[in-house]
Amino acid sequence: MTLAAQDLSIGVRLYDVSLALETGKITAICGPNGAGKSTLLKAFAGLLQAHAGAVNLDDSSLATLHPRERAKRIGYLPQAHEIAWDIPVRSLVELGRMAHGDTRAEPVDAAIAALNIEPLQDRRAQSLSGGETARVLLARVLAGEPAWILADEPLAALDIGHQLALLRHLRAAADQGAGVVLVLHDLAHAMNYADRVIVLSDGRLAADGEPEAALDVSTLQSVWKVDAQWIGADGKRALIAR
Amino acid sequence: MNRAVLLFGLLLAIALPLSLLAGRVWLWPDATPNAAIILAELRLPRALLAVIVGAGLGAAGAAMQGYLRNPLADPGLFGIAPGAALGAVVALWFGYTASAWLLPLFALLGAGGAMALLAAIAGRTGGIALFTLAGLMVASLAGALTALAISMAPNAFAMSEIVLWLNGALTDRSWREVLLAAPLVGLGVLLLWRTGKSLDALTLGEPVARSLGVNTGALLWMLIAGIGLTVGASVAVAGIIGFVGLIVPHLVRPLTDSRPSQLILPSALAGALLVLLADSAVRVLPFVTELRLGIALSLLGAPFFLWLLIRMRRGLE
Repeated sequence: MTLAAQDLSIGVRLYDVSLALETGKITAICGPNGAGKSTLLKAFAGLLQAHAGAVNLDDSSLATLHPRERAKRIGYLPQAHEIAWDIPVRSLVELGRMAHGDTRAEPVDAAIAALNIEPLQDRRAQSLSGGETARVLLARVLAGEPAWILADEPLAALDIGHQLALLRHLRAAADQGAGVVLVLHDLAHAMNYADRVIVLSDGRLAADGEPEAALDVSTLQSVWKVDAQWIGADGKRALIAR
Repeated sequence: MNRAVLLFGLLLAIALPLSLLAGRVWLWPDATPNAAIILAELRLPRALLAVIVGAGLGAAGAAMQGYLRNPLADPGLFGIAPGAALGAVVALWFGYTASAWLLPLFALLGAGGAMALLAAIAGRTGGIALFTLAGLMVASLAGALTALAISMAPNAFAMSEIVLWLNGALTDRSWREVLLAAPLVGLGVLLLWRTGKSLDALTLGEPVARSLGVNTGALLWMLIAGIGLTVGASVAVAGIIGFVGLIVPHLVRPLTDSRPSQLILPSALAGALLVLLADSAVRVLPFVTELRLGIALSLLGAPFFLWLLIRMRRGLE
């Protein structure tokens, strides 16, 4: 299964981007502020209209796919943790089933179990801490059993413990066959946890490949304008200024 | 079905027959002369109209708060009530009230005009901020035109008619108004009830709702139609009755799990109950001329709202 952008241009945010995503992997989208990361993710989620080019899910154009069909296959987690009403946590997770038109217990229970939030089930959404909210909202996405999980900076505003836990959950989802696409600001997380890194700069594709190659020192220099170097062993890299 | 529906349904079933007895003259079916006629022709249609108007306003308020994700939203924000009021004021201005159908018809036309204007401005993009601003502008335009009509009233009688009518009331209503409002409000409440699932998804924000398959454009159209029908029909038969759409969802929300979909039907029932009780109260109060229902509910609503704000402030401290 593929989710692919073809010559995609959106407003002043994205120019002529072509790339195909793959399932079973974690793909990180990186780039400086304003590079078009969230725009690209929203376009992959089918939430933005392309001004030129298209996004295709398998063989069909995302723009012509019925919203419910699209919603069954693509789960989207925005950066903002907006929960307007103090609804029960379980009802919130069940919203993930909306496109399927049911609230079947099995996938909802599975999503709750996958994120270890059983103890939160009977709580109300607005009583949760930031870390708990992040896990509940991800469970909402998993409950829909989508083939694609697109998350916009899911680690922002989380402490290191919750960051690593959430990355573990996302890795588990990828291992089970989902295509996981994350906008990440923390380049060390992208380096250590992603299978593939896409670097955007001023709305254009600047690098695309395995983390070591896509985030090499010369890309850091040319895209982020920083003089930095990677230290540490494989999978435990850290970025420090030079 | 949730417990709030049961509770308010039960209370309404008790209050409706009791309200028929209440009035300037307490009615005892076996003792009062002409009791059957008074009940059938005066009090029953008036009570049913209170139920219909209250149900429409309550449901509209619940849907409106769900859509704007704001507990302070009121269906009046949409500009539909002022639009309907303007229509009615035009009818009064020209003295069209000679025919009993014309005033409600003009009010419905006014509501329809406000709805069309809203849809034309905000209906394509479906953005909430644009939509709210459009509603506020429609409301102030209709308000300004109403003020213009009052200031240029052809005679003192028309002016007093207009001013009196603007403070809604259910005095001297008949089965005609019931038959007019019932199908419109019924259809409107049905439309609003159908938006429930989408409003639940909107709890997580507009992008998430769209990613879950909600067609936000269609949702907006359904809300405009639902609120236009309920509020437009209510104003057409009863004038402006404020605060019901604002207060009722607040009273009902703690009895539900706070999901917007769970709030719409109980708010309709609680709105019906509130307007029925308020209308019974204004009938019983010993004033020379009956206190207008719209004024009574505002007198009740504004202090309630202040209390709500004080409580919210305490919660923040």
